[in-house]
Amino acid sequence: MSEQSPTTGAEPRLAPRPYLTESAVGTAPPAAQADGAVTVTIDGRQIQAKAGQLIIEAADEAGIYIPRFCYHRRMKPVGMCRMCLVEVSGPRGATLMPACYNPVAEGMEIRTDSPMAKKAQEGVLEFLLVNHPLDCPVCDKGGECPLQDQTLAYGPGESRFVEEKRHWDKPIAISPLVYLDRERCIQCGRCVRFAAEVAGDPLIDFAERGDMTEVATFPEEPYSSYFSGNVVQICPVGALTAKPYRFKARPWDLEQVESTCTTCAVGCRVALQSSQGELIRMIGVDSDPVNWGWLCDKGRWGYEGWKGAGRVTVPLVREGDQLVESSWGEALAAAANGLRSAMEKRGGAGVAVVGGARLANEDAYAWAKAARLALGTDNVDAQLGDGLPAEVLLGLPRATIDQAAAAPLVITLGPDIKDELPVLYLRLRGAVHEQGTQLVEITPAPTGLTRYASETLLYRPGEAASVARALVAAGSGGGDGIDRARAHIARAGQKAAPGAPSIVVILGRPSLAEGEGGVVAAARELAGLPGVAFLSALRRGNVHGALDLGLAPGVLPGRVSLEEGRAWFERHWGAGLPAERGLTTAGILEAASRGDIGALVLLGADPLADFPDADLALRGVLGAGFVVAVDTHLTESSRRADVLLPAAAWSERRGTFTNIEGRVTWLGQMVTAAGMSWPDWMIASELSARLGVDLGFARIEEVWEEIARVSPLHRGLPYDLLAGVSHRDGIVAPVGAEPVRPARALDPMADPGIQSAELHKVVSTSLLFSATSTVPEPDGQAPGNALAPAGGPPGGEQEEAPAPPAFLRVPAWDGVVAPPVDTPGLRLVSRRTLWDGGTLVQNSPSLAGLAPEPALRVHPSALAALGAADGEAVRVVSERGSLSVAAVGDPEIPRGTAVLAWNLAGARAAGLVDAAAAATAVRVELADGSGGQGGGDGG
Amino acid sequence: MPRLSPPFEQRARDLIGLYPHPRSALVPILHLLQEQDGYLTEDGMAHVAELLDLAPAEVRGTATFYDMFHFEPVGKYLVAVCTNIACMLQGAYRLLDHAEERLGIAPGGTTEDGMFTLEDAECLALCGNGPCVTVNWRYFGDLDPDGFDALIDDLRAGRLDDEVPPHGTLGRVRRSVGTPGTEARVATEARTDGHSPAPAGAEPAAAAPAGAGQQGARPPVTLDTHRSTAAVSSVDAAHLEGLQ
Repeated sequence: MSEQSPTTGAEPRLAPRPYLTESAVGTAPPAAQADGAVTVTIDGRQIQAKAGQLIIEAADEAGIYIPRFCYHRRMKPVGMCRMCLVEVSGPRGATLMPACYNPVAEGMEIRTDSPMAKKAQEGVLEFLLVNHPLDCPVCDKGGECPLQDQTLAYGPGESRFVEEKRHWDKPIAISPLVYLDRERCIQCGRCVRFAAEVAGDPLIDFAERGDMTEVATFPEEPYSSYFSGNVVQICPVGALTAKPYRFKARPWDLEQVESTCTTCAVGCRVALQSSQGELIRMIGVDSDPVNWGWLCDKGRWGYEGWKGAGRVTVPLVREGDQLVESSWGEALAAAANGLRSAMEKRGGAGVAVVGGARLANEDAYAWAKAARLALGTDNVDAQLGDGLPAEVLLGLPRATIDQAAAAPLVITLGPDIKDELPVLYLRLRGAVHEQGTQLVEITPAPTGLTRYASETLLYRPGEAASVARALVAAGSGGGDGIDRARAHIARAGQKAAPGAPSIVVILGRPSLAEGEGGVVAAARELAGLPGVAFLSALRRGNVHGALDLGLAPGVLPGRVSLEEGRAWFERHWGAGLPAERGLTTAGILEAASRGDIGALVLLGADPLADFPDADLALRGVLGAGFVVAVDTHLTESSRRADVLLPAAAWSERRGTFTNIEGRVTWLGQMVTAAGMSWPDWMIASELSARLGVDLGFARIEEVWEEIARVSPLHRGLPYDLLAGVSHRDGIVAPVGAEPVRPARALDPMADPGIQSAELHKVVSTSLLFSATSTVPEPDGQAPGNALAPAGGPPGGEQEEAPAPPAFLRVPAWDGVVAPPVDTPGLRLVSRRTLWDGGTLVQNSPSLAGLAPEPALRVHPSALAALGAADGEAVRVVSERGSLSVAAVGDPEIPRGTAVLAWNLAGARAAGLVDAAAAATAVRVELADGSGGQGGGDGG
Repeated sequence: MPRLSPPFEQRARDLIGLYPHPRSALVPILHLLQEQDGYLTEDGMAHVAELLDLAPAEVRGTATFYDMFHFEPVGKYLVAVCTNIACMLQGAYRLLDHAEERLGIAPGGTTEDGMFTLEDAECLALCGNGPCVTVNWRYFGDLDPDGFDALIDDLRAGRLDDEVPPHGTLGRVRRSVGTPGTEARVATEARTDGHSPAPAGAEPAAAAPAGAGQQGARPPVTLDTHRSTAAVSSVDAAHLEGLQ
């Protein structure tokens, strides 16, 4: 590297100094050893530990257990509970030290079981139990309680305390979802540390002191965090309990499988737990590359939505105005007839398949194949109008979550990540706090990450590309924010680790009220940055699995284009593929509204409620001659179907999932499918059979077998491993994109209730899938490179198979972006909120009430110009429609912009949006019709 | 609404400017809030949280840790009787019993006329003159029941108004500031009390709190060191005058 000119602008914020070096007393190892290894002795065993590592971590790695309460490896140590006191012999003789708070040092001799350590453990437990009510028989935690378990193992057995224990009102609701029992609390601080340190919502804190110390909220300000369930999960006693789970089960009656949360596309690992055949609890599984054990509350409690009354459990066929219960045979025949007659009229172009983000990978593959072969159409699109073109998303260089968190610079060009991909928000927030990652936002309105951003570049809706172009352009100009962001980009290049991206762009749709064109153009500009890689921020469940497996127009399974992959897939599938590239959702709905789509298949899709242009969606669904809905719930759209086929939901079937990184993980089955519902791949297969096409699989394992044979992306991906706990972290496709490592063992004291995951080893899938066993079993420590891509598709075809088709590339581009037509008025920004009017939230009794009241947020000057009071009801009018909503002044909102949350009951922003327009202009009027406001401050 | 009034809010902002991290100013600002209202109101704490970019729960969590912060209205005079060992040996419990009887309230209670709140305090650091009490954190030592009665009478009669400021007034908050910009501020504030001359290079007048008139019914009381730390051996009004 040649001499770099010194960068200008503000110095990057200093990363906080590691907690330990500031606070540990007298035990910080010499700096010279910081990167080396040290030898310590624990209970007589010599152990190599990393310099700077905490004693408790080194002991954990050596398999020596030290009891703990406050320690949690995903949070900074505080040394509060004193349970981990160990005897350390040093120059000053033997002393007791908290193992969670002191780093190892060369030659340290540690005893966890000496008389001194044991006396300390007994003493600490006796103290911790002084005020504990010992109401274990009626405590949710009883049976999986670290306090109970460690008292049994390390406690004195008796207490000398005969005085009155302290008493509190109990339990008190600290939020609509979380209850607090202060008598059980041992003041370990895990919850308040999580709230402040991990989630950044310090709405709970310790109040009072001494024996009156309590965890408390501010009066009238509940612990309403998107992440509140995590404090229940990590509470090492029964002080924090979850309202949806209280008194529902005893831990020893729970059964468990591991799975992946499909609520959004982050793909958090979870333990599904059931009692008596009913899904009853979810716990986050600590997965290193993804969620670190955390879940958002929607993911944690959204399971309620899968078992509510809204489920469709029987095939339904339309008779006149009514959907009447039917049999699978009749319903499939009716569906096949409707599809066949549409195909007879117009061929494959007259049929379309919309949706697919709800499906598992195997389902997506089955439907991608069924659409091309049985329906003869390439009109398939899983993104339902709020995604990005598949070629762009799949063709750009990709980054993992870990790479984003480790990159010197993260640029977001996408939605409010806190609301749409909450656990990704936690990872990014953590990176900013702990690693000093710089964050530059390109957004039309502030987001949940704005307070952590080094630079928030606000753009006028529809004009993201101009900001991106200014950012990439050499030289200076474009404003101070752009200049500072450029300086961050320049510094990032100098700080990048070799082989890792120096800049990670988190790419999605910043607002559903602006067209995808501007975002795509901006992404193309950003793709010109040196060392850049992209991480998708599309939020719909398994949308990335759907894209990777061919549920996109012009895209075949394995990230290959229709043209490139035609020969390969025609050969493997033994049939011709549609000649023409198909339409996107918007195109499909447009064609349907013209009467050109004779039959529409909705795969878990609800365009009427969930497509960014409500008017087009309604015209499309009404215009489609025949609608088959494959759905789990009665939705606005599936209610209008001619045939409604009930699909087995997540947790009711096994399969695999693909997250934003392209990471393939296992979906476990915990309960039986509701009613008569079937997994989607089976529906695809049976429906195809009735259309005269044999998709060629009768079991889900056979679907994957075929995927691993024909999908260039998934070749050699060892399905067997995914189902076992050793590879719960999943494998990023294609194999070799990331080292494949066995997952770390879980700490049942960190996430109590999860220990059964370690004990119950999920049913060995090698019995189920021996056919695909092309990779050796890892035995818990197989080297990652053992899983390098196979030389060719398995199945003995190597010698005759041509090379598989190449992956998608971003198409060439002329660099021209059509700017939005500059109409007077405010430009609308609409984004999803975590709690919304969607099917899952509204079918979950615990969550349904959490959706906020809709409000139009504008700069206060816009309210003043209108003459409206803060909070006054106004009419919002666009070319497409209008709605009434309260207007709220917010100085953070840029002038000329109006922000309305997406999909809240009472104010459906979709009614205002024109999917084809680059931006949505709205006019705001007083509710009584007077005082129309043209947004004169827009310029 | 008992948020910080504009002059107090300005003072709070000055305090924030003294520290590398705004939250370090939390406890000093809470003292300001208590000086303003006599106790910490929820609205006031929420305002402090806004100023410091903290969650209100964090402000309340910190505030409730400290005994000197009150969360309910207290009487005009907060009378704290030390019952730690030195005072106890000198008859602190006799004094406390007497105080309860005289005021008709138990520790923690407030008299019906709102004049007195009684507290049972830990060591007040006046062990040489036990048993001692503080009234709004001002010392009165070597008290026997008669002395206590005289103290109460004097307080009621307003004879100690110079000595005992309204509850919440630390005085020290405004004296312990140290950066150049705030020296000017302190001096400016002091000038409103008429005690010190305006320094050279004072801040523009606009940034300084307006004159003493704005303080309304609660003029800021600046505590004179010699008076606050001297043990007052008797509450003889003449003696007090002599001190002055």
